[in-house]
Amino acid sequence: MTRWLPRVYLVLVYLMLYVPIGVLVVFSFNDSRSGYTWGGLSLRWYQSLFHNNAMVEAMWNSLWLALSAATVSTIIGALTALALHRYRFRAKKVLNGMLFVVMMSPEIVLAISLLALFLLVGIQLGYLSLLLAHVTFCLPFVVITVMARLSGFDESLPEAARDLGASDFTMTRTVLIPVIMPALLAGWLLGFTLSLDDVVVSTFVSGPSYEILPLRIYSMVRVGLKPEVNALGTLLLVFSLVMLMLSQWILIRSKR
Amino acid sequence: MPSVTRQPFRTAVLVLVWGWLLFLVLAPNLLVVGASVMTRDPGTFIALPLNLDAYRQLFDPLYLEVFLHSLYMAAMTTLVCLLVGYPFAWALSKLGKQRQLLLIFLLIVPFWTNSLVRTYALKMLLATNGLINSALMSLGWIDEPIQMLYTEGAVIIGLVYLLLPFMILPLYSVFDDLRQELLMASHDLGAGRLATFIHVIVPLTLPGVLAGVMLVLLPAMGLFFVPDILGGSRNLLVGNVIKNQFLDARNWPFGAAASIVLTITMAILMLAHRLSKQRLGEGGAG
Repeated sequence: MTRWLPRVYLVLVYLMLYVPIGVLVVFSFNDSRSGYTWGGLSLRWYQSLFHNNAMVEAMWNSLWLALSAATVSTIIGALTALALHRYRFRAKKVLNGMLFVVMMSPEIVLAISLLALFLLVGIQLGYLSLLLAHVTFCLPFVVITVMARLSGFDESLPEAARDLGASDFTMTRTVLIPVIMPALLAGWLLGFTLSLDDVVVSTFVSGPSYEILPLRIYSMVRVGLKPEVNALGTLLLVFSLVMLMLSQWILIRSKR
Repeated sequence: MPSVTRQPFRTAVLVLVWGWLLFLVLAPNLLVVGASVMTRDPGTFIALPLNLDAYRQLFDPLYLEVFLHSLYMAAMTTLVCLLVGYPFAWALSKLGKQRQLLLIFLLIVPFWTNSLVRTYALKMLLATNGLINSALMSLGWIDEPIQMLYTEGAVIIGLVYLLLPFMILPLYSVFDDLRQELLMASHDLGAGRLATFIHVIVPLTLPGVLAGVMLVLLPAMGLFFVPDILGGSRNLLVGNVIKNQFLDARNWPFGAAASIVLTITMAILMLAHRLSKQRLGEGGAG
C-alpha cells in the first residue's frame, strides 16, 4: 500500500492541474454556443476569432510587444549578468538587490510604481510604457539564466583573450557571447512568454492607443463565458508550450 | 587603476544597467513611498502637505474588513497549498531522478501558460450549469446545482490552482536535499515514524515551507483578476482595492499605502525565511 498510495496522490494533483486546461481545449472545438453542452466538432470559434478585426489587431500588438520586450530585456539582461560576473564595481549588492526586489515584490506593487512613474514623468500610456514595464519584469529572469551559464565557465579563456591584446569589447563579442548564446536564446524565449501572458502589470500601464491580447481577454471573461476565449486560450497555450519546450531543449542540448 | 577612458565598453555597460534599474526600479518604488504620505489631488494625483491620512484610512472599518477578508482568503489558500503540496513534494522526491525531472517540467508548464485563460477554464467547471454540476446531477448525487461560482470558496480554489506550483517547487527542493541517513539515524536511535517526522523532517523542511508560504501568500493578496472572474463583488483582494484606488478612484496615497503594507508583509516573511535557514545552519554545525 505504501508504494502505490503516493503515486495515486501525484496523479490526482496532476489531474487537478490539467483537467481545466483540457476542458478548455476540448470546448474550443465545440459547435454549440453554450460553454457546457457538447454540440459536435467545429472550428467556428477559431474562424470568428480571426474575423474579429479588433482581436487580430490586439494579437499583432501583443506579438510585437513580446518580441521587442524579449529582445531588449535579453540585451540588457545579458549585459547586467556580464557586469555582475566580470566587473568589480561599487554598490554591486545594491544592483543585485534591485533585481531581487523586482523578482520578489508582488506584481501589483511593481505595476502601480511604474504607473506612478510614467504619469509623473509624462510618458504616454501605450506601446512605450508597456515596453519599459515588460522589459523590467523580464530582466531578472534573463540575468539569472545567463548567470547560471557563466558560473560554470572557464575563466582562463577571457584572460587569454586579454593577454593576446583583445579589448574588453572584442573579448566579450568573440569569447563570452558565444558561450552564453544558449542562455540568451532561452532567456529570450522566457521573456517572450512572460510578456505575452502578463495581465497584472499591463492592466496598469497600457492605454487605449495600444490594446493587447491579455487585456482584451480580461474584458471578455469578466462578463461571462465566451467561446472565442476557448479558441484564443488554446492558441496561447500551444504557443507558450512550444516556446517553453524550445527554451528547455536549447538549455539541455547546450549542456552536453 | 582602470580609468573611464581606457574602458569605454565597461563604462557604457555599467551606465546602461544602472540607468535602467535606477529609473525603472528604484525611482518608482521611492515614488510609491512618497505618494503614500502625500495628499490626494485630482489634477496632479498627489500634492503636499505630507500626512499619514492614507495609512489612517487603512483602518477605516470598511477597508479593514476587506483587508482582513483578503488576508483570510490568502491564508486559506496558503494552507491548502501547503497541505496539498507538502505530501506531493515528498512523494515526488522519492521517485527516480529521470521521472522527477519530467514531473517537475509538467508542474512548470501551467506556470508559463496564461493565468487568465486558466482562471477562465475554472469558471467553465464551477459555473452553476457548468461541468461539475452537470456531472454530479447526471450521477444523481445532487438534485439541484450547487452554487460554486461567485463564492469565497471559488476564489480560494482559483488562487490555489494558480499558485500551487510556487508552493511545491521550494518544498521539493528541501525534500530533495533531505538525507536518508538522517532518517535512518533517527530510526536507529529508537524514534518512531511520528517522532522522526516531528523532530527531523519538519525542522529540516521548514525553510522550504517558509519559502513556499512567501511565494503563495503575497500573490494570493494581489491577483485581482481571480475574484473579478470567480468571486463576484463580495470577495475582494487587497489587489482589487489597490487597483480600484489607483485606476478608478484616482486615490494614489491610499493605493500606495496599501501596496506598502503588502511590501512590508513580504519583508517580514523574507526575514523569517532567512532566520529559519540560519538557525538550521547553526544546528547542523553544532
